[in-house]
Amino acid sequence: MADKEKQIKIKKDEARPATFVERTRDRKTFVPAVDIYETNDDIVILADLPGATEKSVNITLEKDLLTLEASLEPEAHEGYNMVYSEFETGDYYRAFNLSEEINRDKIEAKMKNGVLRLSLPKAEPAKARKIEVKAE
Amino acid sequence: MLWTSWDPWREIQRLQDELNRVFSGIATTGRAYYAQGAPGINIWASENDAIVTTEIPGVDPKDIDISVTGDALTIKGSRAEEKPDKNVIWHRRERVHGNFVRTVHLPFSVDSSKVEANYNAGILKITLPRAEADKPRKISVRTAD
Repeated sequence: MADKEKQIKIKKDEARPATFVERTRDRKTFVPAVDIYETNDDIVILADLPGATEKSVNITLEKDLLTLEASLEPEAHEGYNMVYSEFETGDYYRAFNLSEEINRDKIEAKMKNGVLRLSLPKAEPAKARKIEVKAE
Repeated sequence: MLWTSWDPWREIQRLQDELNRVFSGIATTGRAYYAQGAPGINIWASENDAIVTTEIPGVDPKDIDISVTGDALTIKGSRAEEKPDKNVIWHRRERVHGNFVRTVHLPFSVDSSKVEANYNAGILKITLPRAEADKPRKISVRTAD
């Protein structure tokens, strides 16, 4: 069954120490694969977060530091033994320094089939503007 | 790039990934198999059935093709490419798209008519009941007297 696209709320300007904070959880943390591209109007981030839903994903933007986090329950099937394993489950964490000014009120985050789509619209002054050159 | 069944080069790649994980601060392996062309597979088994899970985020369920013959399970699929306008600037391009095929051998033969598959949050879960003919039969030992 395919997931419907679901909106995620984004925390803005939450207090966070400037240095990288190490987590102490009894789970592995994985770095999700991402695609990031920039158009004239916005920056789009796509992240593969299999197993994560709109409830388990946490997105924070503090100044220019964007943090993606998701905590997942480890895979377990009661009454079954694992006989072969190629992947492990755990949490996701990745942070980016954004180079552009972002219009914080218009950020959109959606989750579908384990893929996060984050759209960060550029703030007005940061947008590239074409400057007309006039002949004298 | 397509992967089928067991491949020694893939095993070497896995070892490399495992070493990278050990020597880096944050683990990247496990989740990263997709980047090598095929999703990772986990198999869980009980006496009566097996559960196969695989991480294939962003795949349309219509593009997933599952087939079972005997004890071999084949998962085929394709992931669509993100195609924005041509004049965008790419900052990262780590997510892989395209076709993948994986065949795995299960610990027992499967009743293919009762196989169930479920796709949720990018994880495909396939439940495969063991074939009746393949189930172990208890044989009672009689004494001669």
